Amino acid sequence: MNTPLSDKLIQHLYWRTGFGISLSKLKSVRKLSKNQIVDRLFSESNQETPLFIDFGVLFKNPRNLSREERKQLKKLRNQKMLELNSSWIKQLTETKQVLREKMTLFFHNHFAVRLRTPRASLQLNNLIRKHALGNFGDMLMEVSKSPAMLLFLNNRQNRKDKPNENFAREVMELFTLGRDNGYTENDIKEAARAFTGWNFTKDGGFVFRKSQHDFGSKTVLGKTGNFTGEDIIKILLEQRQTAKYLTEKIYRYFVNEKIDPLKIDELTNIFYGANYNLETLMRKIFLSDWFYAPENIGVKIKSPIELIVGLSKPLQVIYKDPKVLLYLQRKLNQILFLPPNVAGWPGGRSWIDSSTLMLRLKLASVTLNKGVIEWHDQNDMGITTMMRQKLYKKIKSQTEKKVKAASNWQYFLTSLEQMNKEELIDFIIQPKLSEGASIVIAELDTKNTKNFVIELMSLPEYQLC
Amino acid sequence: MDRRNFLKQSVFASGMALAPSFLKGMEFLRPDQLSGYKNVIIIQLSGGNDGLNSIIPISNDIYHSLRPQIAKKAAQTIKISDNLAFNDHLKAIAELYDQGEVCIVNNVGYPNPNRSHFRSTDIWQTASDTNQYLSTGWVGRYLDANCQHPYQAIEVDNSLSLAMKGNRMNGIAVSDPHQLYQTTREPFFKNIIKNTHKDMLDEDNQGYLYKTMLETYSSASYIQETSKVYKTSTEYPQSPFAKNLKTIADFIVSGLKTRVYYSSLGGFDSHVNQLNSQDRLLRIYAEAIGALVNDLKKNNKFRDTLILTFSEFGRRVKQNGSRGTDHGAANNVILIGGSLKRSGIYNELPNLSELDTNGDLKYSVDFRSIYATVLNNWLQVNDRDILRANFKNLGFI
Repeated sequence: MNTPLSDKLIQHLYWRTGFGISLSKLKSVRKLSKNQIVDRLFSESNQETPLFIDFGVLFKNPRNLSREERKQLKKLRNQKMLELNSSWIKQLTETKQVLREKMTLFFHNHFAVRLRTPRASLQLNNLIRKHALGNFGDMLMEVSKSPAMLLFLNNRQNRKDKPNENFAREVMELFTLGRDNGYTENDIKEAARAFTGWNFTKDGGFVFRKSQHDFGSKTVLGKTGNFTGEDIIKILLEQRQTAKYLTEKIYRYFVNEKIDPLKIDELTNIFYGANYNLETLMRKIFLSDWFYAPENIGVKIKSPIELIVGLSKPLQVIYKDPKVLLYLQRKLNQILFLPPNVAGWPGGRSWIDSSTLMLRLKLASVTLNKGVIEWHDQNDMGITTMMRQKLYKKIKSQTEKKVKAASNWQYFLTSLEQMNKEELIDFIIQPKLSEGASIVIAELDTKNTKNFVIELMSLPEYQLC
Repeated sequence: MDRRNFLKQSVFASGMALAPSFLKGMEFLRPDQLSGYKNVIIIQLSGGNDGLNSIIPISNDIYHSLRPQIAKKAAQTIKISDNLAFNDHLKAIAELYDQGEVCIVNNVGYPNPNRSHFRSTDIWQTASDTNQYLSTGWVGRYLDANCQHPYQAIEVDNSLSLAMKGNRMNGIAVSDPHQLYQTTREPFFKNIIKNTHKDMLDEDNQGYLYKTMLETYSSASYIQETSKVYKTSTEYPQSPFAKNLKTIADFIVSGLKTRVYYSSLGGFDSHVNQLNSQDRLLRIYAEAIGALVNDLKKNNKFRDTLILTFSEFGRRVKQNGSRGTDHGAANNVILIGGSLKRSGIYNELPNLSELDTNGDLKYSVDFRSIYATVLNNWLQVNDRDILRANFKNLGFI
């Protein structure tokens, strides 16, 4: 248990629990044992930093708004959604609470809510962050009662004698048991009755409206009683299937898309036995030997956010225009706070199509080198080289105007010190290079480290972690 | 050799995808093959188009009484019959209608309609039931079952819709074919492609990335090379939507072996002051379609083309408090083509006196029976394999 980890395995741990590792950090944890590194990951995430946005007039009751303010409301909402989006990406890039943020990102997708109400979206995000390494049951209860969820899945419209099944269905299908895992349409109907009367006040606090609640008897998952919404959530948490469903999803996200039933079974017991304590489960995963097995390394397709943040972090990229960041997310099909639907981003291979892949491959050069992957053919004559340079100059000035991103190459290159070619490849690329990429890389000139790094980051292999 | 065999023997299938030179001169259709190569263009009006203010039950009292501020007056419409009229911003569509090139199917929807944009969009795109979540689209499954090349389904847009994603193969998303081509021609990428061979295309994710890169590379060069053949001289309106349709026309007339084209026009979510915004969008839609049809007719391709226009849902019959309409359910679908077997109004008009509990139109035609008809009668494939259930054939084509 107290064995040291190789650099590659440390990088693996940091890619899965965060967005890669800087070389200075790598040097500082290299001498530690696996246990110590994992301990450190958790202790660094003890604290939490809620996102903060100044909402200005959005805090006012719409009735107290001036006519002009009301007119601006929609515009302002969009503006605040954009602000929310870019401030989270900034936090993901700069945070020291790496694991907590990664867990928040995971649950941002688990409790996928798509709204254009920035206050509710922010509140949900912060409450997920609060519980991200705590108790899943507590998180589920609070999320269910949050204005964002009540709005998004129409529980506010769910009233006695006029039930709305939207939330009751999704809480079983997507948040706890998983689709077709031991509940019936009737369970949904009955549970919906239990969730009647849930609502929130103007200041965003949960409120139980007795007059809208159905106090009658309900039968859900074989139990009968005058259940409230809280009771239903407790019943769902009593099901071992809920622990299993969560464990599988976490395994797919943090370990491997292909699940191993034996490991899932073992982890489910631990998670369920620990009464849904997330830290216990995550510790178990990161301390296991199999987490570091070759079949789990460099096999995950980075999500667009992992890709963007993973590039920004080591090079301290600053997007001067948040709209550019939004544009990239849109083109790559993952806009934070705007998942496609309640099922979240499907992830994995669905990130990849002809257009997204080409942009993903170009992304490093676009954000870090003004759109140019410098290429020197060995057979180039002087004149061709000159023409190439001229072309690059033109592309760079055009791209710079559009992308408006600044990166700190000096900082990055200094941190690399005297790495040789193999070390650089190992540091930038997680999976083993394909045969084709090896040939291409072997022919590359490493005299210009910056160009070489860009080239590595433009390989299909860089899309994996 | 018949067309099907010709397709089967195409070179990509034989694993020779890596030699771009063979693409030239070989992979696009000769004029004799070009004729009769049928395609369907799918247009999504995103946001939920208000079908009742597009094709209008003009003499219906309920329509006028439930929409006191947003009902269209007869003078603002183009008459179809005593009871039905086009929004006058759909003039270009009305002209095609008069020539028997339009078929309007009313009351299209599905059981237990979902009123969420994205969920209902997913339902339409995956052809799923309302409570079924599928990760492949209906066009993607068509590709899987019946095609050899990703470019046989092209979305002229920035990203690929779920509709176009299959298990084995995805369609190609391209908004600017030249730019996509240029990106794939990046010398560094070109060098990677040159060094990529079949053994690297494993089933794992790395193999998948290389496979997609290769497919994109060869499709982009195929599209680039082939679409050089024809650049339209027909005038199109200035809108981005019209530009996309123009790109599609270039592809069709150039003889791309593409069966399905996909594009969308957004902004139809008219909760507030809908008259101006919807009229403007309908005009953009109609004028672009008018130009496209004109272009295809000039090039003798209209009889091989079917244009299917849908929206993820219709809107509530009763207007809301802000001169708009909220999310509804059943809606009309517009089919346009040079080879329609049924033109005109396909079925009964929406019944405004018998709405569902939400106050929305009830459906009578499952949207998947439209897909089934297109797949079976037009693309001549087994619709059941793709839709995974039997749906009624509507026989409009």
